[in-house]
Amino acid sequence: MENLLASTIDTNSQPPLNGATAATAPVLQLTNIEKVYQTATIETVALNRVNLTINRGEFVSIMGPSGCGKSTLLSLMGLLDEPTSGTIEVDGRPVQSYSDKELAGLRNLKIGFVFQSYHLINDLSVLDNVELPLLYRPKLSGRERRQRAVAALDKVGLSARTGHFPSQLSGGQRQRVAIARALVGGPEIILADEPTGNLDSVMGEEIMDLLLGLNKTEGVTIVMVTHDIQQAMKTGRVVRFFDGSQVG
Amino acid sequence: MLLSYLKIAWKVLLRRKFFTFISLFGVSFTLMILLVVMAMFDHMVGPSTPTKRIDKMLFVNSIRQQMTDNHGWMNSPASIHFVDNYVRKLKTPEKVGIITVSSNATAFTKSKLLPLDLSYTDGNFWQIMDYDFLGGRAFTEAEVKSAQHVCVLNESTARGYFGTTEVVGRTIEIDLKRYRIAGVVRNVSAAHVYAYADVWVPFTLSPQYFKDKRIGGEFLMVLLAPSAAAVPAVREEYRQMMRRVEIPNPKDVEALFSYADPVLPSFTRQLLAFQDQTSGNDNLEAFYLIIGAMALLFMLLPALNLVNLNVTRILERSGEIGVRKAFGAAGRDLVGQFLVENVVLALVGGLLGLGLAAGALALVNSTNPIAYAHFTLSWRVFGWGMLLTLLFGLMSGVYPAWKMSRLNPVVALRGGGDQK
Repeated sequence: MENLLASTIDTNSQPPLNGATAATAPVLQLTNIEKVYQTATIETVALNRVNLTINRGEFVSIMGPSGCGKSTLLSLMGLLDEPTSGTIEVDGRPVQSYSDKELAGLRNLKIGFVFQSYHLINDLSVLDNVELPLLYRPKLSGRERRQRAVAALDKVGLSARTGHFPSQLSGGQRQRVAIARALVGGPEIILADEPTGNLDSVMGEEIMDLLLGLNKTEGVTIVMVTHDIQQAMKTGRVVRFFDGSQVG
Repeated sequence: MLLSYLKIAWKVLLRRKFFTFISLFGVSFTLMILLVVMAMFDHMVGPSTPTKRIDKMLFVNSIRQQMTDNHGWMNSPASIHFVDNYVRKLKTPEKVGIITVSSNATAFTKSKLLPLDLSYTDGNFWQIMDYDFLGGRAFTEAEVKSAQHVCVLNESTARGYFGTTEVVGRTIEIDLKRYRIAGVVRNVSAAHVYAYADVWVPFTLSPQYFKDKRIGGEFLMVLLAPSAAAVPAVREEYRQMMRRVEIPNPKDVEALFSYADPVLPSFTRQLLAFQDQTSGNDNLEAFYLIIGAMALLFMLLPALNLVNLNVTRILERSGEIGVRKAFGAAGRDLVGQFLVENVVLALVGGLLGLGLAAGALALVNSTNPIAYAHFTLSWRVFGWGMLLTLLFGLMSGVYPAWKMSRLNPVVALRGGGDQK
């Protein structure tokens, strides 16, 4: 697994500065994805034959009403869940046969998550929270981890808050910390699940600007689930879902 | 990574104070009891004055005589005939000493009656045991042979009778016999059954010192091997010797059984002799098995309680688990993290348990349940305590950790506790 990962990504390298150089290469490819939740009495189809390609450097918005399968799709893209049928390819490699450990390694190296409710660990300082993904890279020294975490916090404008705890920050600041945590490992793709959903419009705009800036200047591929059409319109592509199916 | 785990483990402990209190109470109370028991056990069988060389010592506390016509068994220590004609002729032991189980005796001071425990010994005994002499010396083999009325007193008797320990050369009257005091030793715990007494006198003065050919008598034997490595050879030679022992009364006695054992087997052989008493099994393995099972069972209840609390706590931390999984923690990383947390908790509980055990032992010592016994927490007991703590931490952590690692990250991030 380590060899495979090594062959697909250099963990120390930064993402391409401009998505244009490799804009056509798919970083994520979903083919005929179905996700069915089965209980004793009910079968719920969350996703129905979804085909979606995310190219390197893209900023894609996923829209749709509540319960249409947006978050399920994001979980599948983030390799947090398995589809009932269909294939997911990361960098052209199908991942369905990967073990728990291999999937964890792939998530760690290639994917960063931003959640609506931040999901910061309240017991850890801002710096420790940002450092968390790097804990699962045993080759990195403590010093390197610290340096990278500080650099990531610098990118989101919070390098002065390293010693604070999440409870001491505003919602917007917490989401910035969460974005720094998603960035710290140098992922190829950031999956953001309604990142502005818990914020007021001003803070929401700030976060949106930050994500747009990361996409433009750092070339980070971003897939964002949102309900906000105005924010979605700022992104490169909008994918619409209704009742588990892609409608546009 | 370990530092990060420890940091969060500490924070979690502080965050849930009541939970932490319950957990720590369970761990520390259990360990306190185990440590107190271990300290008592260590006091009885561990190397200490006067049995400092216990690793080289073998003990014979009985000869089992199987009576003819299924008339049962007769158990007794050995006679002088048996000691002199068989045991002292063994080649492998460096020395063979004898001592009787202490018997009641009385000394009268001017104002009060002094009840004493008196034992009869030989000269070798004093060379095998390392008593702590406050003054004088032990009696010699020559004094024993000539049945001189000499004695060694313990500190308590010297103080009780004379008010001082500076009594070498003076005489003491015990059971209307006068003895010249050769030496005074520090008190020896009554838990050391092969060494304890208030007064020691030559065995040749014993009323039970018969010179006939009987096998059974009143003498316990202590055999000193030249080295710890030579102990098995001494045991084996003793076993071979028993085959040659001539039964003086074959009409009544069918067979004789006796074994030279290290201190613990010398107890377990009789303590656990439920089945075939003619077999050479010293039951040490069975003893360890029973003790181990009891300790395990004793730890199991608080461990199960902790498992239950831990599993509940996992649900509270599902968000953290989800985040860790999302950012690359594999199942085994989470198992490691949770085990570290639990072992930290157990170690804190273990240290508290050590403190509690020290307090409990001080309480036990103050009530003086066994004469002159002073139970302490040695480094050996401390080491065992820490080992037990680790075992406890792992016992109560493995299942919750496994359960934690199986949480579906999507469900965990939503704050639920369903598993994959």
